[in-house]
Amino acid sequence: MNHSKCVNSECKTCECNLCCTKINNFGVKRSGVEILKDVNLHIHCGDLTAVIGPNGAGKSTLLKAILGDISHTGELQFLDAKNNGTTRPSIGYVPQKLELDSTSPTSVLDLFAAAHTNLPIWFSYPKRIRERVRESLARTHGEHLINKRLGELSGGELQRVLLALALDPIPHLLLLDEPVSGIDQKGLELFYQTVSILRKNYDLSIILVSHDLNLVAEYADRVAFINNKTIECCGTPEEVFTNEKVIQTFGLDWSKRFQKAEKDRVANALMV
Amino acid sequence: MHLWYSLVDLLLPFGWMHYAFMKNALLGVLLVTPIFGLLGTMIVNNKMAFFSDSLGHSALTGIAIGVIVGNVFPFMEIKPIWSMLVFSVLMTIAILVVKEANTASTDTIIGVFSSTAVALGLVILTRNGGFNKYSGYLIGDFLNISPSDLLTLGIVFVLVISLWVVIFNKLLLSSMNPSLARSRGIRVKQYEYLFAIIMAVIVTISIQWVGILIISSLLIIPAASSRNIAKNMRQYHIYSVLIALISGLSGLILSYFWGTATGATIVLITSGFFALTLVMKLRLGQG
Repeated sequence: MNHSKCVNSECKTCECNLCCTKINNFGVKRSGVEILKDVNLHIHCGDLTAVIGPNGAGKSTLLKAILGDISHTGELQFLDAKNNGTTRPSIGYVPQKLELDSTSPTSVLDLFAAAHTNLPIWFSYPKRIRERVRESLARTHGEHLINKRLGELSGGELQRVLLALALDPIPHLLLLDEPVSGIDQKGLELFYQTVSILRKNYDLSIILVSHDLNLVAEYADRVAFINNKTIECCGTPEEVFTNEKVIQTFGLDWSKRFQKAEKDRVANALMV
Repeated sequence: MHLWYSLVDLLLPFGWMHYAFMKNALLGVLLVTPIFGLLGTMIVNNKMAFFSDSLGHSALTGIAIGVIVGNVFPFMEIKPIWSMLVFSVLMTIAILVVKEANTASTDTIIGVFSSTAVALGLVILTRNGGFNKYSGYLIGDFLNISPSDLLTLGIVFVLVISLWVVIFNKLLLSSMNPSLARSRGIRVKQYEYLFAIIMAVIVTISIQWVGILIISSLLIIPAASSRNIAKNMRQYHIYSVLIALISGLSGLILSYFWGTATGATIVLITSGFFALTLVMKLRLGQG
């Protein structure tokens, strides 16, 4: 591992005065098989950390472990601005997809009401719920979707609805599992823009499992590369995308294009 | 009971409602069908039709175990209903536990359990060629419902409805995405088990009246019909319960005049509703 470029070890220390989330020594085993080991991540508020890696490397597993959905070793710490308290962070989660077929009579409003209220949604809605849902959806530009059935939504629309749900109430830590397919490029860019703006407005810590390296390069503050069951490289996009192992995994062509794009960008910046 | 009888006499002064067994059956239908309509929505949503079917089949083994226990301990006189209840709840838990082990797809696991239960039940019950005694369970008999049955049914009705009110939203969220539900602090597994056990109890209690062969259709068809035309969860539930109720009442009356099995007649009418709503959906879809 190239230590000058990979700052994995630096991820463990915290000398900042900001709130942050720490993942210390995470390990996951399933039926005796090790899926993840020695995973360390340190995420500042307002940072968008993208998790990349080859298929089956354990990206989604990491999210589910952080969520507490599957058991893991190691600990998850949340430190507020004064660095005191190690309470569990509140977590918002945007899944890849919902388990429902396109004919299901579940509306967007139903989904939110089920999450926010105890009164069964087939019986009655509390009066203020519609207003609250509209406000939530407005954060991700989805107000017009409130009465639509979930099955009618396009991939991008569903993702925005799920993002709005994850942000109500505003969590400490936002976990995004990006769908592998089903969203067009334009929808994906819109999603990244929305997330990017929200991160600043609400000072969110975000972990994003992503498959789109170009968008990661553009929007992420930090990138964690998962391979061989652990985070092999972690740092700024420039650091990670010039790492040999990352280049090997995703192919030289892509890396060259990235570096060229970076050079162009720097050149353009200098020209301006 | 007297209150109910005089109420029915007052409201439905028809010849066929004159008999006490019809009044009992009417109350039974009024209690059973709304629950079926209500639970069915979640069963159809979660694609658990096969699961509810296997619950019905497990009743055979439940009866058989009751017979064995009765033979071994003659002093313990247990009604088949209790051994059926215990067995179906145990089988439900077993299916869920094996499912979690992730060794095979869910329908394979349910298939294995279901066939095993039927086979075991048949082996025990057909010993010495005495199966005819139990064949009534296959078809069920609504007209044979007794006031004490109705009391049991009433208690179960209240319990199931109140549990359903408490758990429904969390169950819905869990069924759409377990991880998402977890992120909102819902104990997914707990609700999954609770739902399956509620299903086991309600199916088992009703089986003596509805019949093993068709009980799962009564759970599924009203919800499936409602799904054809509903646009949100509220409509979905209202239509489903209404279809179940209307089918139940008209099925009871028709079966009286035709002299047919009540459960089967009810199911046939729900099938009619399914065809109707399907046509509505297709025509709406085009228009």
